[in-house]
Amino acid sequence: MNPGPNVDHGQAVLAAAGRTASGRGHRDAEVVLAADAVSVRLRLSGGRTVRAVNDVSFRLRRGRVLALVGESGSGKSVLASTILGLLPGNAQVRGSVTLGGAGGEPMELLRASERVLAGRVRGRRVGLVPQSAATHLTPVRTARAQLAEVVRELAMGRRRDRSREALRVEELAAEVGLAPSELDRYPHELSGGMAQRVVTALALAGDPPVVIADEPTAGLDRVLVDRTVDLLRALATGGRSVLLITHDLAAAESAADDLAVMYAGRLLEVGPVGAVLADPWHDYTRGLLGALPAGGLVPIPGQPPELTNLPEGCVFHHRCPGVCSGDVTLRWSGERAVACR
Amino acid sequence: MSLMARDVAVGYRRGTPVLTGVSLAVEPGEVVGLAGPSGCGKSTLARVLALLLPPWSGGVVIDDEPVRRARHRVPRELRVAVGVVFQSPRRSVDPRFTLADVIAEPLRAGGRSTAAARPDVERLATRVDLTADLLDRRPHEVSDGQLQRACLARALAAEPRYLVCDEMTSMLDASTSAALVGVVNEEVAERRMGVLAVSHDPDLLDVWARRVITL
Repeated sequence: MNPGPNVDHGQAVLAAAGRTASGRGHRDAEVVLAADAVSVRLRLSGGRTVRAVNDVSFRLRRGRVLALVGESGSGKSVLASTILGLLPGNAQVRGSVTLGGAGGEPMELLRASERVLAGRVRGRRVGLVPQSAATHLTPVRTARAQLAEVVRELAMGRRRDRSREALRVEELAAEVGLAPSELDRYPHELSGGMAQRVVTALALAGDPPVVIADEPTAGLDRVLVDRTVDLLRALATGGRSVLLITHDLAAAESAADDLAVMYAGRLLEVGPVGAVLADPWHDYTRGLLGALPAGGLVPIPGQPPELTNLPEGCVFHHRCPGVCSGDVTLRWSGERAVACR
Repeated sequence: MSLMARDVAVGYRRGTPVLTGVSLAVEPGEVVGLAGPSGCGKSTLARVLALLLPPWSGGVVIDDEPVRRARHRVPRELRVAVGVVFQSPRRSVDPRFTLADVIAEPLRAGGRSTAAARPDVERLATRVDLTADLLDRRPHEVSDGQLQRACLARALAAEPRYLVCDEMTSMLDASTSAALVGVVNEEVAERRMGVLAVSHDPDLLDVWARRVITL
């Protein structure tokens, strides 16, 4: 699909992450973010434990968009918080997330200190476009003022250079498609789509090679979804790597190169987006497609299991129409992987 | 017989109407789609038809009966004739309520005690596929999909003749969306409920609605 410029570094990162690229993707672009066997448990009062993320591994490559698709409560956003070290104090994390590629030496994020994450990773090597954009802006300051502050913190030297700062703000605004006049608005004067572009500009201020976009299309109408998709594609074309977290399969289809289907904290299917949607291997993926308007609006019977009380074995078993293969680990076959059969 | 908006003009700030001269009718047993880009006034019209926002001029007519005023000032028989489900379930429930309380709210407003409402709450919960253990939880303990199921059960509690779904499924995953649309369609088929489905998703309205009005 998107042949990348460089191979060797990707192998180094894979080796650093404790895996080999056994037969897949070795001709592809370098890996910039590698998650390996990541599990997150959140302890609740009363001795209960939420198993929010279970044994998740994925590769995000340079210049590509990886869509992580799943319903609310499937652990997608917890995974984003895990990568950025933003989990609450009651969280226990296992596995590893390795940041590689251009923009710095390989770094393992799950064991990195808060100081390292705050000073060297967040906004600089990994940008976050947070969920519900408008609520992340300070209501009493204009978009321009907020963008300028972030530019000053992330991208400027110690001495303040107002003209360079202003120039960079304009550059960022142009990159995400904001008119200069829109920058002078307060958050309540921004439409949902404009607020989305402002937080995207904030995420890009530190020029991070990796961008995590958490539900960037939620609540937007079709035209704005298309614009957001175009923007994410443009980021990838510009050499960035995007982890797109969404419940919107249609948006994932148009924005992403690769798709990872998450359910009850586990990845059930991974592969190139076109191949997976044209011929899903997992019954859950097939069910999701059938539930789309184009697929006939047929819901998957039942509901996801409680993350505090996950069944042994396959998490989808009690809703699955197929014959159980008894297999729950993600197995690779060429470019695709499935956690069943 | 219909839920009708007649020549409605309405807005939020004096002198700048959001809608002018809008008319629309939903007949019993039909699903009418309402489409249009964001900011075009879809939700405003939905609020007028759900009797939550009084129009500046023109009016709402329910089964040949004109509605005066809005919200709690509308007589109860008319008010319960129209149910509504909003886009964000989180912002449309009291965070202190359990899901059972959420569903029981219209029944209690009709004068029933919590205990007397319980059998109906359980029946409604079954209808939207909420399991019994979820009923005693509060909104922060359930997913968006589960909470929206409770909001739909609440909207159906008083057996409304018409239901306004304002982007009911746009925050939900595909499977939960399909399940909720299925529940609404059952009510349409079984007791000829009329539905105004507001959505910015043309694919959904193509499948769901008998006809689509674009604002």
